[in-house]
Amino acid sequence: MDKGKKMKESETVLNDGDDYNCWWWLVQKGTAVTFVTIALFGFLIRVAVSTYPYSGAGNPPKFGDYEAQRHWMEITINLPIREWYRNSSSNDLSYWGLDYPPLTAYQSFVHGLFLRFFHPDSVSLFASRGHESYLGKLLMRWTVLSSDALIFFPSVLYFVTVYYNKPGRIRKSDVAWHIALLLLNPCLILIDHGHFQFNCISLGFTIGAVAAILSEKDLVACVFYCLSLNHKQMSAYFAPAFFSHLMGKCLRRKHPLLQVLKLGLYVLGTFAAVWWPYLYSTNSILEVLSRLAPFERGLFEDYVANFWCATSVLIKWKRLLTTDSLKLVSFTATIITCLPSMVQQIKSPSNRGFLYALLNSSFSFYLFSFQVHEKSILLPLLPASLLAMEDPSTFKWFVQFAMLSMFPLLCRDDLAAPYFALLALFTLIFNAPGQHIVKENNFLYHYLGTRTMNFILCFSAILHIVYLTMHPPEKYPFLFEAIIMNLCFSQFVLITLGSNIKQWMLNKPVKLEIEKKHN
Amino acid sequence: MGKPKLSSKQDHNSCSPKTTIWWFYLVSACVKVLLFPSYHSTDFEVHRNWLALTHSLPLSQWYFDNTSPWTLDYPPFFAYFERFLSFFASLIDPKIVHLQEGLNYSSNTVVYFQGVTVVLSDLSLLYGVYGLTRNMDLRKQKLIWSLVIWSPMLFIVDHVHFQYNGFLIGILLISLSYLEEGRDLMGGFVFAALLCFKHLFAVAAPVYFVYLLRHYCWGGVLRGSSRLLIMGGTVASVFAVAFGPFFYLGQIEQVIRRLFPFGRGLCHAYWAPNFWVFYIMSDKGLAFMLRKLGVDIKTPAASFTAGLVGDSSPFSILPQISPIVTFIMVLLALSPCLLKAWKNPQPRRISRWIVYAYTCGFLFGWHVHEKASLHFVIPLSIVAAQTPEDARHYFLLSIVSCYSLFPLLFEAQEYPIKVLLLLLHSILMWSGFSAQFNDGTETARVPTGYTKKKLDQFGSKGSSNAALKRRGFALGWIERIYLVGLVVVEIWGQLLHPLLLGDKLAFAPLMLISIYCAFGIMYSWIWQLRSIVISV
Repeated sequence: MDKGKKMKESETVLNDGDDYNCWWWLVQKGTAVTFVTIALFGFLIRVAVSTYPYSGAGNPPKFGDYEAQRHWMEITINLPIREWYRNSSSNDLSYWGLDYPPLTAYQSFVHGLFLRFFHPDSVSLFASRGHESYLGKLLMRWTVLSSDALIFFPSVLYFVTVYYNKPGRIRKSDVAWHIALLLLNPCLILIDHGHFQFNCISLGFTIGAVAAILSEKDLVACVFYCLSLNHKQMSAYFAPAFFSHLMGKCLRRKHPLLQVLKLGLYVLGTFAAVWWPYLYSTNSILEVLSRLAPFERGLFEDYVANFWCATSVLIKWKRLLTTDSLKLVSFTATIITCLPSMVQQIKSPSNRGFLYALLNSSFSFYLFSFQVHEKSILLPLLPASLLAMEDPSTFKWFVQFAMLSMFPLLCRDDLAAPYFALLALFTLIFNAPGQHIVKENNFLYHYLGTRTMNFILCFSAILHIVYLTMHPPEKYPFLFEAIIMNLCFSQFVLITLGSNIKQWMLNKPVKLEIEKKHN
Repeated sequence: MGKPKLSSKQDHNSCSPKTTIWWFYLVSACVKVLLFPSYHSTDFEVHRNWLALTHSLPLSQWYFDNTSPWTLDYPPFFAYFERFLSFFASLIDPKIVHLQEGLNYSSNTVVYFQGVTVVLSDLSLLYGVYGLTRNMDLRKQKLIWSLVIWSPMLFIVDHVHFQYNGFLIGILLISLSYLEEGRDLMGGFVFAALLCFKHLFAVAAPVYFVYLLRHYCWGGVLRGSSRLLIMGGTVASVFAVAFGPFFYLGQIEQVIRRLFPFGRGLCHAYWAPNFWVFYIMSDKGLAFMLRKLGVDIKTPAASFTAGLVGDSSPFSILPQISPIVTFIMVLLALSPCLLKAWKNPQPRRISRWIVYAYTCGFLFGWHVHEKASLHFVIPLSIVAAQTPEDARHYFLLSIVSCYSLFPLLFEAQEYPIKVLLLLLHSILMWSGFSAQFNDGTETARVPTGYTKKKLDQFGSKGSSNAALKRRGFALGWIERIYLVGLVVVEIWGQLLHPLLLGDKLAFAPLMLISIYCAFGIMYSWIWQLRSIVISV
C-alpha cells in the first residue's frame, strides 16, 4: 500500500468539478483506497459472474474448457511430473491432454491439491472424468478467483502506480476511471469466470512485465514476460513488441552486446527454471513442445474475426493450400504486418510507443497467425486497455466489437445474460457522469464519420437480437456467425491501422519539442 | 448497448442529478442481473405461486387456495401487483403461472422473469430517494444514493434471497418525501396504500396518525374537522379499494386470518437480533443457575419459535410472552416519539420518527424476521449524512444489520458475495463520510440547511480547522472494538467452531450472531431514543 502513498505525493492533484463526479469521495483518500474499493467491486462482479454456467456444463462426452482444466488438475496431482505431457495408459492425450506450457501444469498441480483437500472425488484419476457437482464447480471457480486476486489485481496496481507516476496534471478521478476499466474488462471476466480459463494469470504477468518496462526495470520485465509465455504460449503475440523495444533500448546503451547478453541470461534462466523437470533429455523437451504447437487443428477454429476466417467466405484457404504452406503463408503475413511497429520501436523506443507496439503486434498475430481462437482477442485487448486513457473512444469501440466477436461463443455457454450485463456495466463506467474524457484526435471519426459509426452500432445491436431470436436459413447454418465475424474483422482492421499510424506518428511531436527546446 | 456517445468532450459528461441517479440505478441493475442464478430461498417459490394463483383463480379464491403450502398472506394490493405481473409472466412462459404444473418450477425463464420484476420494481425506491434528496447539495445526494440504491442489504434480501423489499420501502420513501415537503394528504394516501401492500409496515401507523393529526388536521374546529374528514376519507377509500372486494364477498375474516398468523412463535427460526434474544438468554441463564443451586426446574416442552402449543410456556422461569404483551411494549417504546410528534410536529424530523418506530417494532415485536431491519436502515440513510454523529451511528447500524442478514445466505457459493457486498458498503461509507465531514474546507464551502445550523450552534462559523476536525467522522474506541468483535464472531462461526467443536452445538454460531448483533441494534435504539428525547 505504500506504493499508493508514494503515488499520492507525486501527483499533481486536480479537484475541479469533483462535485459532479460519481465517485468524488472515492478519490479523496488517495489511490490506495480507490484501488481497494474498485478491486472489491471488480471481485464482486467476478464472483457474481461465476455463479453462471461454465463452458460445456452438462454436455458430455467432451464437455468444455472447464473439464479440460479440471482434467489437468486430475492428471498433474496423480501422475509423476515426467508423464504429464506423455501419452500413456493413464494419460490419454486425446482427451483434453495438457497443451499449455509447464507453468500451467504447475498451476494445475497447486489447484489440484486444493481441490483434493476439499473434494477428493472431483480430481480422482479416471473416476472423475466429466465430474460435475456443486462443490466441484465452486472450488474450481475459486481457483480462478484466487488467481485473479493474486496475480492480475496486483499487476494492475503495479501498472497504475508506474503509469501515473509521472509529473504533470493528473486528475485523480481519471486514475480511478482507468483502474475501473482495467479491472472491469468485460471480455476477460466473461472468459475467465464465465467460460472458464486462466487468462488472468498470463495476462497478469504480461501487465507486470509492461509495468516493469515502464519503470525501467528491464530484467524484471524479462522474468515476468517469460513467466507469462510459460503459462500460455499465446503470450507470444506480444513477443515482437518486447523484443524490439528491449532491442532498441539496448542499442542505445554503452555496451549493447553486454545488455543483450544480460537480458538473454535472464530469459534463459527463467525458462530453465520453469522447464527444469523436462531438461533431462532432448526427447522430453520435444515431447512437451509438440504438445504446445497445435498445428493439426487447422488454420482457424469455429468463427474467428481474423483475416483467414473473414476471407474464407470468398477464398477457401483450407482447400486451396496444404497445411504446411498455410503455416508458412500465415507466418509470413504475421511477420510482415508487425514489422512496421517493430522497426519503429528499434529505431526510437519509448514507453508510449511500446504500448502501441504491444497492441499492434498482438493484433497482427490475431489477424494473421495460424490457429487463432476467438478468445485470443483478449490479447490485443490488454494493451488497448492499458492505453485506454490515450484514446478512450477507440478503446470503447474496440471493446464493443471484441465482445461481439465472442458473442456466439458465449451464447453457446449460456452466458448471454452476463454478456449484456457486463457490456452495459462497461458502458456505464465508461460514461460515468462527471467523468472528464480527454479528447484526443479520434482517427475513427476521420475515417468513418459519426453517421457511419452510428449505423454500425445499430447494425451490431440488431445482430445481437437476430442471433438470439432467429434461426439461420438451413442452407447457411453459420450465416449469422459469418456476418458477425466480418463486421468485427473490418473494425479490428480499422483499429489496428489507426494504432499503427499512431505509433509512427509518435516520433513527430517529440522532434517538434526538441526543436522548440533548441530554439 | 453502446450508446453512440463517442463524441468525447472536454467538459463534464452530462451530469444533471437525474442522469446521475439513473447511473447509480443502472450500475446496481447490472450487478443484480449477474446475481440471477445464485441461491434463492423458498420466498422465490412463494412469489411464483402467488403469480400462479392470482392468474389462474378468480379473486374469490385467492385467500382460500391451498394448492401450495405457500399461501397468499400479503394484503390485497400486493395480490393485485402479482396479478399485474402474472400477465407478463403468462406471455413469456405459461408454465410460470400454472397452478399445479408450475410448482417448484425453476427453469431459466422463471428465474430471469422474477429477477427482472424485482429489478424493475426497485424503480419506486429510485423515485422515493430522489424525492427525498432533491434539494440537497450534489455531494451529499450521491453519498445517500450510494447508501440506498447500492444497499448491500437490499442486494442480499431482494436479489439473492428474493423479496420485493426495495419496491415496498420505495413506497415508504415516497410517502416520507411527501411529508417532508408538507404535502400531508399525499403522504397519508401513499402510506395507506403501502399498508395495503404489506401490513408489517403498520408499526409506524401510530406515528403517522399522531403526526398527521397534529400537523394536518389541527387548527380550528371547522378547518380541523374538515381536514380530518378529508384525510380519513382518503385513507378509508384506499382501504376500500384494497379490501372492498373481499368485504363484498364476505371473506374478510379469512383474509385477516391469513394476514395475521398468530399461531407462529415469539421468534423466527433464526432469532432476529432483538430484545427477545436477551429475554430468552436470561431465562436460560437463570434456569441454569437455579438448577446448579439445586432447584428443580422443568425443561420447557414448547419452543419459542414454534407456535403456542396449548398452555405450555417455552420459558422455564420468566413469564410467558403473548402477542398482546409485545404490542404494549412496542407502544410503550414508541410513546416518547409520539409525545414529541404531538408537541411539535416538524416535517424535517418525521423521517427519524418513522425510523424509530420501525426500530421499536423490530426490537419488541412478535415473530420478527431479521429482514425487517431493512425497514429502518434504508430510510435512516436519508438523514445519515446530516451530522457526524448521525453518520457514525448509521455506519455502525448498517454494518450490524447487514451482518445480521448473513445467515440468510448459508450456501458456500454466496459466501463471498455477501462478504464482498458488506466490505464494499463499509469502505464506501467510510470514505464517503470521511470526505463529507473531515475535509474542513469542503464542509464550510457547501453548507446546507441542517449542517449549517449545527455549525452555527457550535460557533465554528469562522471554520477553524481544529474545531471541524474534532467534529469530523471518526469512530470511538467502543465502536471499533465492537466491529472487530463482529469479525471475531464471523471467524468463530465459520472456522473455529467447526474445527474445534465439529457438529456439536451446531446452533451456537447462529445464536452468537443473533446475540452479538442484538447489542448493536439495542445501542442504535437507545441512541435514537436519546436523540429524539433531547431534540427540540
